[in-house]
Amino acid sequence: MSDKVTISIKRSDPSKGEAPHFVDYEVPTQEGMVVLDAVHYIENNIDPTLSVRWNCKAARCGSCSAEVNGLPRLMCKTRVDKMGSKISIEPMRAYPVVKDLVTNVSHNWEIAKRIPPFTPKPNLPKPWKIAAIDITRSKEFRTCIECFLCQDVCHVIREHESNYLGPKHMVKVAALDMHPLDSIDRSGFLHTEGGVGFCNITKCCQNICPEGIHITDNAIIPEKERVVNEFYDPIGILIHRRKKK
Amino acid sequence: MLIIGAGGAGLRAAVEGLKQGVKVLIVTKSLLGKAHTVMAEGGIAAALGNVDKEDNWKVHFVDTYVEGVYLGDWRFSEKLAKDAPERVLELEEYGALFDRNADGKILQRAFGAHTYRRLCHVGDKTGLELIRTLQDKVIHSDASFLEEIMITKIVTDGGRVKGAIGLDLKTGEFYSISAKGIIIASGGLGRIYKVTSNSWESTGDGLTLAFEAGAELMDLEMVQFHPTGMIWPPAIRGLLVTEGVRGDGGLLYNTKGERFMLRYSPQKKELDARDVVARSIYREIMEGRGTEHGGVYLDISYKGAKFIHEKLPSMYMQYKEFSGVDITKEKMEVAPTTHYHMGGIKVDAETNQTVVSGLFAAGEAATGLHGANRLGGNSLADLLVFGKRTGEEAAKFAKNAKLTRIAGNEASAEVDRVLSFLQVKDPVNPYEVFEKLRETMSSNVGIWRNEDGLNKALAEIAELKKVAGNVGVSGSTKFNPGLVTALEVQGLLNIAEMLVTAARERKESRGAHYRQDYPELRKEWRKNIVFVRKQDGGFTMRFDPVPELPPELKALLSKEEQENV
Repeated sequence: MSDKVTISIKRSDPSKGEAPHFVDYEVPTQEGMVVLDAVHYIENNIDPTLSVRWNCKAARCGSCSAEVNGLPRLMCKTRVDKMGSKISIEPMRAYPVVKDLVTNVSHNWEIAKRIPPFTPKPNLPKPWKIAAIDITRSKEFRTCIECFLCQDVCHVIREHESNYLGPKHMVKVAALDMHPLDSIDRSGFLHTEGGVGFCNITKCCQNICPEGIHITDNAIIPEKERVVNEFYDPIGILIHRRKKK
Repeated sequence: MLIIGAGGAGLRAAVEGLKQGVKVLIVTKSLLGKAHTVMAEGGIAAALGNVDKEDNWKVHFVDTYVEGVYLGDWRFSEKLAKDAPERVLELEEYGALFDRNADGKILQRAFGAHTYRRLCHVGDKTGLELIRTLQDKVIHSDASFLEEIMITKIVTDGGRVKGAIGLDLKTGEFYSISAKGIIIASGGLGRIYKVTSNSWESTGDGLTLAFEAGAELMDLEMVQFHPTGMIWPPAIRGLLVTEGVRGDGGLLYNTKGERFMLRYSPQKKELDARDVVARSIYREIMEGRGTEHGGVYLDISYKGAKFIHEKLPSMYMQYKEFSGVDITKEKMEVAPTTHYHMGGIKVDAETNQTVVSGLFAAGEAATGLHGANRLGGNSLADLLVFGKRTGEEAAKFAKNAKLTRIAGNEASAEVDRVLSFLQVKDPVNPYEVFEKLRETMSSNVGIWRNEDGLNKALAEIAELKKVAGNVGVSGSTKFNPGLVTALEVQGLLNIAEMLVTAARERKESRGAHYRQDYPELRKEWRKNIVFVRKQDGGFTMRFDPVPELPPELKALLSKEEQENV
């Protein structure tokens, strides 16, 4: 490993009308260094005004999302020695830039607010009892750190105007639907407001999830199947109507 | 009411405030759901008795009180032990999904110095589940929240709060927030040390805000060093290795292959209290039985890959990704890391209110519960129990209070102070000052402390305070990390000075505070060191006796333990 690396950061301040441009920085390397360390080096020693969002530096909080060499990644989890001698860092593309590497992700709260919350079955005897095996499906989705990288990589969100919630929120819906004691059916919501039909299961989200959640296989596809059963399968529709009576 | 901080305590307080029908605003220095609470791994301590039927609140109380080495206030530990089970079950009803027992109840794991298996957990991501659950509750409520706002001042008038001034990092604009009640739930100050498990935000802002507003600070010298942090490669030094590893059977070895905890603590071994295990590891390293990187070994590999993937997935990930070590096959290398601040803002044990009317504190920012050493799992319990209690009390207060608006000149004075950092000629780099502070704290105010080191630290802090007057940065107020650091470092230097002064004053060893020159516990030192702000901005010290245990609680302690109180 060479003792120096060039970090090329896309900087801008839209509120000042400053157009995005790449600035190169020479950063000395250290064993085990991650991309976020390099950004910190620049911030501490070269330009303290470089804006970056970070928090735990341990891949737990999901704050330091960016495009590293063009791929959506957590900067704290990306080793410098695996990215070549010149590394480019850009803000996430699916979100409006606030400044430099910081983007405005607040739209996600508007979506989160619309998802029907956890609603336990009524009159459950207390304390609740749940078989250990029944929590495994929901548990996978609960490891989501809300880094929004899956939203960022999703071509439906990047390139199309649609009402599709996006992968992160599909994971949330699945976490709620697969809670063994949840009582509401969110497929109507997904079918209409959630725009789940727009997802054409390219699995890009699943491939980049830093938590390794099988977003497409375990969350989106089962949810899509539920929507299909309820709204497109003639027999399913009959059963559904009957149930509703 | 205004809540500063959106970690577990802040969010739980918000939920309670809403229940009371009060208008709630939460402000956070980072994004919602990113607070340091997400880093909590092992679990929430609550005497549900699901695994060990013998467990009950009395045992939990004794564990907490005794392992805090008789410095905590029993009124907090009693509430914690009694309320925690109810708070956990309530969190489950809010949507948290805990690991289960064979009979379907919440599974509980063993943890250091808890007599019984007591920690309700979600693998090694309990904090994440806690914060997501409360966050969802808040999102679907009428509470308002503002993200990436750094509160820089609490405005008071005649000993009561009026509101707060904050900088919006996203836009660079200022907020003036008038409020009837304010809760500080902004966490600890772990980043004052070089090697720490704490995240970006843990810079003791809440302590500075409270102290400047006239509140008292207490037990500042009590800093917890977690026994096991990662040490190699250097870039990730300090990253937490959950106590759950030891709770689930992890064993500690030195380079001679000796399981040294058998020597230091034959009864509790690896699962003794954190101060004991941290000191043992540190001694092994200092006496030359550590690894080349300055650590010892922690081994869980004998439990097998299936067990590790299920119970400790984050640990597997972090060693694999950062160190290239497969913990299902190899030993981990670990060393102590700064983890938690037992000290903080002094609050009333019944209301969690400070001496400033309308100013409350909860969670790590507050003090009084953990004494000289915190048990693992008690901090998440603290967040829920005292988050709720503080939310309730602050709401009650707010309902009966009158709103006094912050005047324009009060706000503009603070805005000018913040802006002044952008106008310094030949400014000193704030990071440089911060780094030096962290270095001196790590070298002189760590696990082993002594008079010489503490004096040295105080001298260096005094030097840094002189330089700090010239700290400044370029750029604007918008998302300017240098400006944020400049603001943080001003406060931290003051807090550090008080912390080191208290450490020098306490001439004994108690819990996390270990003095090489005074290695014994001394009963006459069973008192809390309290800091009070002077008009000129300086401080005076006061020594408060620890509140006496009522007879019925004293009776729960063993004969030997009773001699210490």
